[in-house]
Amino acid sequence: MWAMIVKEFRQVRRDRRTLAMMIVMPVLLLVVLGYAASFDVKTISVAISGPEAGLLAGRLPAPFRVTTTAPGQGASWARAELRDGKAEVAVVTPPCPTTSWSVCSYPGRPRVLIDGSQLFSAKAALAVLARLGQRSGSQVPFPVPPRVTVLYNPGLKTSAIMIPGLCGVVLVFVGTIITSLGVVRERQSGTLEQLAVMPLKPRDVFLGKIVPYFLVAAVDLAIVLAVGIALFGVPFRGNPAVFGLGALLFLFVTLGIGVLISSVSQNQGQAIQLAVMTLLPQVLLSGLIFPLTSIAAGVRWIAYFLPLTYFNQISRGVMLRAEPITALWQPFVFLALLGAIVVTGATLRFRGYLAPAARQRGPRRPSAEPEPAQA
Amino acid sequence: MEGGAEGRPGGERADAGLPAWGATKVCVRYGRTVALSDVTLAAPAGQVTAVVGGDGAGKSTLLRCLAGVLAPDSGEIRRPAKERAGYLPASSGIYPDLTVAENLDFRAQGYGMSRRLATQRAAEYLDRAGLTPAADRLAGQLSGGMRQKLAVIAAMLHQPELIVLDEPTTGVDPVSRSGLWWLIARAAAQGCAVVLATTYLDEAERCASVLALDAGQALAAGTAEEIAAAMPGSLRAVDGRPAGDAAERSWRRAGRWRVWEPDGPPDQDGGAIRPDLADAVTVAALAREMRAGRPEGSES
Repeated sequence: MWAMIVKEFRQVRRDRRTLAMMIVMPVLLLVVLGYAASFDVKTISVAISGPEAGLLAGRLPAPFRVTTTAPGQGASWARAELRDGKAEVAVVTPPCPTTSWSVCSYPGRPRVLIDGSQLFSAKAALAVLARLGQRSGSQVPFPVPPRVTVLYNPGLKTSAIMIPGLCGVVLVFVGTIITSLGVVRERQSGTLEQLAVMPLKPRDVFLGKIVPYFLVAAVDLAIVLAVGIALFGVPFRGNPAVFGLGALLFLFVTLGIGVLISSVSQNQGQAIQLAVMTLLPQVLLSGLIFPLTSIAAGVRWIAYFLPLTYFNQISRGVMLRAEPITALWQPFVFLALLGAIVVTGATLRFRGYLAPAARQRGPRRPSAEPEPAQA
Repeated sequence: MEGGAEGRPGGERADAGLPAWGATKVCVRYGRTVALSDVTLAAPAGQVTAVVGGDGAGKSTLLRCLAGVLAPDSGEIRRPAKERAGYLPASSGIYPDLTVAENLDFRAQGYGMSRRLATQRAAEYLDRAGLTPAADRLAGQLSGGMRQKLAVIAAMLHQPELIVLDEPTTGVDPVSRSGLWWLIARAAAQGCAVVLATTYLDEAERCASVLALDAGQALAAGTAEEIAAAMPGSLRAVDGRPAGDAAERSWRRAGRWRVWEPDGPPDQDGGAIRPDLADAVTVAALAREMRAGRPEGSES
């Protein structure tokens, strides 16, 4: 047994990346999770329309934070604000015939629209509104109880917001983990060296390598979507083409990350470790589980470098809120940008293996160790 | 001249009278380690050229340079374009999770062969190599010899002008070795330049020319006979290991001890023998070690 222990320690000591992960990962996870793991909603963004928008804006207490007021607009504008993800709650104020909002009495009641696809914000908004309804006095924001409507996810079902996000996790799994294994396996078996001498362009090898995974991931996505819709009753209200385009871009990024990981990994074990390293923060910090607004600012910035953050916005926006592509331009642009960076990096690394004769020193090739000169 | 140069089809390079394919004064370093130092190799068309040497001699490095996998630090590499070269790496380059037929199909498509030609040629090669019954078996389930035969077939399927084979027969049983050599000899007979690395000197003796490497340096080059004839000093065979200084110049072979006498004819004890390639290469390595001040006896 002692011999085994010594051998294992020697191997672990030489595999510095694993050693670093064993020591650094728990600390990193604790810190990140500690800051990220929060369902507390500190602010709820509110858009107010209608003639008394200005009056109401000054009366809404925390955690409501009024982001926009549009006295000249009505209910359709308010709905559009929610649909496009510009606010989590929208209030439509009716005209007040008196000069004082607090004693206003009119036939119409204010309408509060809540975005149910922002599950935790919606629940928090409902709770705050219920508390406000029990108050009385001149500082009550609504003179009469408003009509509250939860849009997009009226039942506030967790599955409705999780399934669109889980589609992204499936794509990350296939795109990053499986792809990184596929390429590193080729390196380990020495067949990548064979590819290097064949009359194939690095670009063709790269694309030929990822296209099958791309197709598998697309099938996986369709299955997950179908199961989510059929089994959990998750709606698909938006344009499938917009969703497809988002999935395409997202897959492009995840496949690129997979190839990039494989190009810096010496074996399949390292590839898995690195792939998990990219998967974990995406699951924890992308807004899939914890609302982005609840994550501490010191950690939240990481989310903006994660492709799943943007895919979440696209998938939830399209599936639940029927958000048009014009309202989703930001996540699309960021995904495209991430894709360009990652795929360029992956292609350059890949080219280093497939066209080493064009340069003096290519990347390390563990599958074909250099022969040291014999003493 | 540094780096590689992809040549035109043909037997010789007109400007220098050199064979079209080969290496001239190639140096490769891995950090501080010199893997190849001023190594020159000619690979004439229609001939099999062997690169011999012990483990770490630099054989694979030279072959990787020839194949275009590795760029030398200095020197010239002459090889045909990728479409007209074939390479068998030390790791065989075969996909274990594809069948024999699928491996060859991938290789044929990669080299742009027509499906008809690829099918016809694969069937012929598989038949001659005795692999036809295994065509639908996964390559990973083949024996070592069968896998090597498949790898050699894959390397020459597109009938390249230069085939680089890194130890194609290592770990292969004698029957399979014979099959492999049939394939190699046939490729050379069809006009291909074949360069192969081997640790078996009996195989190297069958080749038209031999380059012996040790510690990244060329020990000897020429035909097996030329290398044997050029061996300095003389050689004798004795039953027991000699004592004294001679022990450092002796090695065990075929149940007896070979003793190298660097400075002339064998001494009075008799037992003089004519050296063969294995003896000459061993002597060359021994002489290099002695010059470097590191004499030591060895067994072979």
